[in-house]
Amino acid sequence: MSDVETSGTGTGSSPSPSRRNLLRGAAGAAGLAAVSGGLLTACSSDSSDDKSSSSKSPASVAGSTVTFGSNYSDPAAKTAFAALTSAATASSKVKVTVNTVDHNTFQDNITSYLQGTPDDLFTWFAGYRMQYFAAQGLAEPLDDVWEKIGGNFGPAAKQLSTGLDGHQYLVPLYNYPWVVFYNKSEFAKHNYTVPTTWDEYIALAKQMKTDKLIPIAFADKDGWPALGTFDILNLRINGYDYHTQLMTHKIPWTDAGVATVFQHWAELMPYMQSGANGRIWQDAAKTLEAKQAGMMFQGTNQVAAQYVTDKANLADLDFFVFPEINPKWGQDYMDAPTDGFMLSKKAKNKDAAKAVLEYIGTGPAEAGYLKTDQWDVGLANGVQVPTYNEIQKKSVTEIGKCKAVAQFMDRDADPAMAKAMISIIQKFIDDPSSGNIASLQKSAEQQAKAIYTS
Amino acid sequence: MSSTSHVDTAAAAQDGAPAPASRRRRGVRRLSLRDRIAVALLLGIPLLLDLAFVWFPAIGTALLSFTKWNGVGSLHTETCKPNVPSILNNGCWYGVQNYHQAATIYPEFWPAVRHNLIWLAVFVLIATPLGMLFAVLIDRGIRGSRMYQSILFLPVMLSLALVGIIWEFMYSQNYGLINTVIGRTSDSNAIDWLGNPHLNLWSVLVEATWRQSGYVMVLYLAGLKAVDPTLREAALMDGANAWQTFWRVIFPVMKPINIVVMVVTVIESLRAFDLVYITNKGINGLELLSVLVTSNIVGETQRVGFGSALGVVLLIISLVPISVFLYQTFRREEAS
Repeated sequence: MSDVETSGTGTGSSPSPSRRNLLRGAAGAAGLAAVSGGLLTACSSDSSDDKSSSSKSPASVAGSTVTFGSNYSDPAAKTAFAALTSAATASSKVKVTVNTVDHNTFQDNITSYLQGTPDDLFTWFAGYRMQYFAAQGLAEPLDDVWEKIGGNFGPAAKQLSTGLDGHQYLVPLYNYPWVVFYNKSEFAKHNYTVPTTWDEYIALAKQMKTDKLIPIAFADKDGWPALGTFDILNLRINGYDYHTQLMTHKIPWTDAGVATVFQHWAELMPYMQSGANGRIWQDAAKTLEAKQAGMMFQGTNQVAAQYVTDKANLADLDFFVFPEINPKWGQDYMDAPTDGFMLSKKAKNKDAAKAVLEYIGTGPAEAGYLKTDQWDVGLANGVQVPTYNEIQKKSVTEIGKCKAVAQFMDRDADPAMAKAMISIIQKFIDDPSSGNIASLQKSAEQQAKAIYTS
Repeated sequence: MSSTSHVDTAAAAQDGAPAPASRRRRGVRRLSLRDRIAVALLLGIPLLLDLAFVWFPAIGTALLSFTKWNGVGSLHTETCKPNVPSILNNGCWYGVQNYHQAATIYPEFWPAVRHNLIWLAVFVLIATPLGMLFAVLIDRGIRGSRMYQSILFLPVMLSLALVGIIWEFMYSQNYGLINTVIGRTSDSNAIDWLGNPHLNLWSVLVEATWRQSGYVMVLYLAGLKAVDPTLREAALMDGANAWQTFWRVIFPVMKPINIVVMVVTVIESLRAFDLVYITNKGINGLELLSVLVTSNIVGETQRVGFGSALGVVLLIISLVPISVFLYQTFRREEAS
């Protein structure tokens, strides 16, 4: 599925679909024959595992080896991850073997990976995307780890790590905000001021258009970037609780609130870079770098990272949080996707893996990781990271100001629904007329019913 | 076949002069143990492979298409309960609901069917005739024909994934070759070749044709080289022009190659996947059935039952040309 945490067009490897289909067919037929006998045996063996693991003394983990499945496949992330695991080894005396897999492949194969022979620990995302796998018994609860590291995090981070059953399943590492980027020099040149309300935002965009700038650089060829625009408009107009309820389909997609979101977006559309469905976000970021565009709404993990990749002027880059629309919610919320680590149910060395997680869930561990990362920010309380640049410092401040942070549509909703919305939002970008909005809402609701309930 | 007839004659030689009517039956009965083992192995191994890798998965997919399953846990035979959260409704019997949902509420389904048909039509009407034209022109020995042959064949040697990436450089909106050459890279007038859902299927079909015509050309050229040159000389003697020679003499002689080319064309257009997947994972105007199968079955949240239903639809569509081809082939074998 789509992901929001790394650069690169992500063509990934695409194994032969037919062959995979055949294998799945085979597995499925075998499953049919076996009926549900496997489920019961799995339950009983798991519960005995839990008892034995919790009774062991922590001293026994020193010198043992933990395997770590990683999707940090981009060179910079891979280096940072290696630094993190070697620091974890130094601290916990547990050897860590990292198996790095291309991040798209890793995410596509997660279901079979977790049911097969997974690594003890694996990289994953907070939110419903974590809860979905936890609820199916593919991840091990980390309540005892959280007893030790709980003091390092605020309640929001703990909430993000908690599954539907109230147990913790994730240890977070970093997050990053979705905000509006601009070049300081360009704003100074035209005497633009940072908008704080919707009307000011539209007025600024209008002014940029007269100044022959593309007001808002925009790309959605990969499908997921535009979900962020939907999210922020929804958070600004309808608030955080509405977002959560919509993502879990407690509110129908045909609701008037969703229509308002699309109407605001349609108002913004003339100022957004046209032809977004055919452009990768890296190219949109390049138009911002080249000062052909005035603003761009996306995550620091993409825009700031792209500035670093392209060796553009990162010092000139700045951002502001998306302007207020509904005074009731102000600028209280934003998408700040969180990445972290989980322990697989089938892990062979759970005690040692928990010892590693206990180290990772500390400020110094995050600071170590962020030495080579110039766009994400740590989650631990008062984490001291001397290497933070201006963007990262501001990210910490702005995330801190939020009353709640959402993850992202493809992390807060059922991934199948996020996939359906990718297609619907691309159709909206193609034709933002009000007639089309109504029919797209209807289609979204029909698909949501099929995905969530029927 | 040959081993049986060999046994026949051996048996006949032993018996002296058996009645012709009973030869075949008695011959089979008199197979030695070694022959029987050989026959069993020669028939059994392909049969087993066929069952294991074709029929078992195909029937498995068909069965799965009647279930609702996300790939976690095991399947059971209970019927899915209506209006229950999906996560509690896993691995259950779903009847024809998957097919019903695909045809009624899945917005990608009908566009995908239409795109598959357009793909087939373009291959049959444009790519294949173009390849045949190239082959005929090169076969006439025009100057530099070897060079043309290499150039036209080059795309065939590239993987489709690579073809897709190469054309992305050509089509890219603000930085691509085509828009740069025609001077339309600014934001206001750039042509969105791969993002505009009314345009991108045709852009990708140009990529596909670029490769497919080279493939057909090579196949056809091989056929043309094998045509007896005396036929052409005879046609020339009879006063036929080039057009008449090709359509009245060469084309009919090439019938076996024509059938191969036709089958290749149909297969290539039904299994189209790589190009659209590389371009945008088969969304936004590039939906194809093969992509829908993959995107539902591979990935984080798997809708294995739903994806299998789409796979069965693709199988049924593929069965049509396959049946026609087999029917033609067998009828000809019987006739000869």
